[in-house]
Amino acid sequence: MMKYTPLPTPTVTSNEPIELSSLSVGDAAVITSVIQDSTMRRLQALGFVPGTAIRVIRRAPLGDPTEYELRGTRISLRKNEARRIRIQLSA
Amino acid sequence: MHRTTEDISEPLKTPKTFRVALVGSPNSGKTTLFNALTGLHRKVANFPGVTVDHVEGSLQAGGRTIQLIDLPGTYSLDPLSVDEAVTLQVIDGRMPGCLSPDAILVVSDSTTASRSLAMVAEVLELGLPTALALTMVDELKARGGAVDVPALERTLGIPVVGVVGNKGIGLGDLQALLGDASRWTAPPSRLQLAKPIDLTRPSARLVAVNEDESAIAQRFAWVDTLLKRSFTLPNSERTLTDRVDAVLLHPVFGLFAFALIMLAFFQVIFVVAAPLQEAFEGAVTGLGELLRVWLPAGHAQNLLIDGVIGGVGSVIVFLPQIALLLLMVQLLEGVGYMARAAFLVDRVMGWVGLEGRAFVALLSSFACAVPGIMATRVIPDPKSRLTTILVAPFMTCSARLPVYGLLIAAFIPAARIGGILNLQGLTLFGLYLLGALSAFLAAAVFRRGLLRDKTYPFYMELPPYRFPTPMVVLQQAWRGVWMFVRKAGTVILAVSVILWALLTLPLSDEEAEATKDLPAAEARAAHLEQSYAADVGRFLEPAIAPLGFDWRIGVGLLASLAAREVIVATLGQIYAFSGDEDDLTGLGDRLVQSEDAEGHRRYSLATALSLLVFFVYSLQCISTLAAIRRETNSWRWPAFAFSYMLAVAYVASLATYQVASALI
Repeated sequence: MMKYTPLPTPTVTSNEPIELSSLSVGDAAVITSVIQDSTMRRLQALGFVPGTAIRVIRRAPLGDPTEYELRGTRISLRKNEARRIRIQLSA
Repeated sequence: MHRTTEDISEPLKTPKTFRVALVGSPNSGKTTLFNALTGLHRKVANFPGVTVDHVEGSLQAGGRTIQLIDLPGTYSLDPLSVDEAVTLQVIDGRMPGCLSPDAILVVSDSTTASRSLAMVAEVLELGLPTALALTMVDELKARGGAVDVPALERTLGIPVVGVVGNKGIGLGDLQALLGDASRWTAPPSRLQLAKPIDLTRPSARLVAVNEDESAIAQRFAWVDTLLKRSFTLPNSERTLTDRVDAVLLHPVFGLFAFALIMLAFFQVIFVVAAPLQEAFEGAVTGLGELLRVWLPAGHAQNLLIDGVIGGVGSVIVFLPQIALLLLMVQLLEGVGYMARAAFLVDRVMGWVGLEGRAFVALLSSFACAVPGIMATRVIPDPKSRLTTILVAPFMTCSARLPVYGLLIAAFIPAARIGGILNLQGLTLFGLYLLGALSAFLAAAVFRRGLLRDKTYPFYMELPPYRFPTPMVVLQQAWRGVWMFVRKAGTVILAVSVILWALLTLPLSDEEAEATKDLPAAEARAAHLEQSYAADVGRFLEPAIAPLGFDWRIGVGLLASLAAREVIVATLGQIYAFSGDEDDLTGLGDRLVQSEDAEGHRRYSLATALSLLVFFVYSLQCISTLAAIRRETNSWRWPAFAFSYMLAVAYVASLATYQVASALI
């Protein structure tokens, strides 16, 4: 089955925080902020707090969820939650 | 019992039993450590009012008895879920029927210290005597990490022990610590990252946490500082896990491996469970026959053999299958594959508002809904979990197979379609498909209506692959098996006796006189026609006639409330069928050929299809209802499940019968 390949996204050069969900597999970043509500509070206990380094490990075969590495653990999140976490790409 | 800040800040006197609560995240090795410490001195207990259970065990150390309480694995003490709320209530001494612990042992996975130590920060905020057990220190070392235990002890001001639970490393140190009262003092200074909390006010902590949103971030910042002083973090590459996941989570090979593993899962359940099940059936029948010889003939013998042993026996024969399923589920969970399976299929499950972890529960329900419902415990989102529980009974379980087998063989022609596909096989496949599709459709409906809730995030840890501790796997599976046996001994026994009474009473001497010359099977059939069950069947007949059912099927439906396959035995009794139970073609022929007073066939193909559809949907299973009761901790949900499934069954059968009668 042929897969649709999107045009390569331009490399982010600015330090503007972007959404965690927009990272590609292999990217490393640091969490800058997490939207504060009761849904995201549950994720904070897993270590999704500002200042934490995070890396994208892989996506599930159907594109969602995505496996992340942070604080020595591997956690998978759906796009829906990852969109609400802001990050800054690591150098 | 409430604690005050005064009495916990003082060193503890040496009481006779010293109660220590174990807290830690899932996969922290907490249960393995608990088992290594307590051995077999343990009991599983329920907390009142919640579905969470905990295990208590004891050990002797330093001349005193230590009582350990293994609490559910949680990522924090923030009372956002039932598990966390229960953990906090036990620690605070607010859990009815559970003495508050004297101290807390935090169990943290040393390989994930930068997350797991946040729990230490939280516990230190409580100001109780606390110690830290760092687990899997061997793995930490193997991956290039190191921990300076004395430095950590100095910084934290509490005792720290590095352990490897399944290898016994560090257990002696931990036992010595547990036995030494002088080392269990409250922390020198109470950590105050969040606002100070007055434990004497029941809701104080909840309010305090909600007021200070950044408390969690501060705890992690505290952990990061702590780690810089006393830890060398392990290499983040997980060589074995990464290599296995490269295959098992591969977009193509991963799905292929998934299909293979699930196939193997079922092969084990059906191939291994089948002979065990036969042995169980043999034992149940043998016991009945033994009692028939030993006990004097009469109604008491009858009640015991047909009512108790027959009724409970019809349910208990599923025990080998349930036990194997629970064992397989625990094994896959312990190895770490369950989370991978959930990761692979989460997207698909998301289409109907469920999540990946529901998949295994629904898959287990293809064999039996009871372990399937128990397997939903891994789903943290309460409404997603409840939805999974409510739709799991639609999956075609093995108790439906005897019913399907009887009806398909008798009424569906063994024709071949296009020379290859057997119409009977196709019908069976269609019934499986109908059940599964209905489960998904029902889930989608619930998640858009009654159980709509989008506030719970999806998150799932993918732990490293590990060889599970055999004892932990066995214990977890045993807990499920024991629950089922207990239910079989109470609810199922009660229902069996009631159903037996309906099928047997009233007893009349005149009738016994009239039928005494008939063969046994004929006499039983004649007796059944006079029973209360038959009265109920006749009473129901106007309601079920539009479905193509007569009162005899009504009696069968009533009897199969205990377990679906009982309808086969009941119809066998009604039709005075005395042949071999393994060869049901005789009974099938009787059903097809049975005629009413005017010489018309009682049951048409339309009736058979209608009855099949009824069994796809109706929750004719007391064990499943008991399991739902157990897992939701209320009678409301089993009552709801039974009612909505009965309503769906009625409407679907009505439609099937009316359409089929018009077409055929």
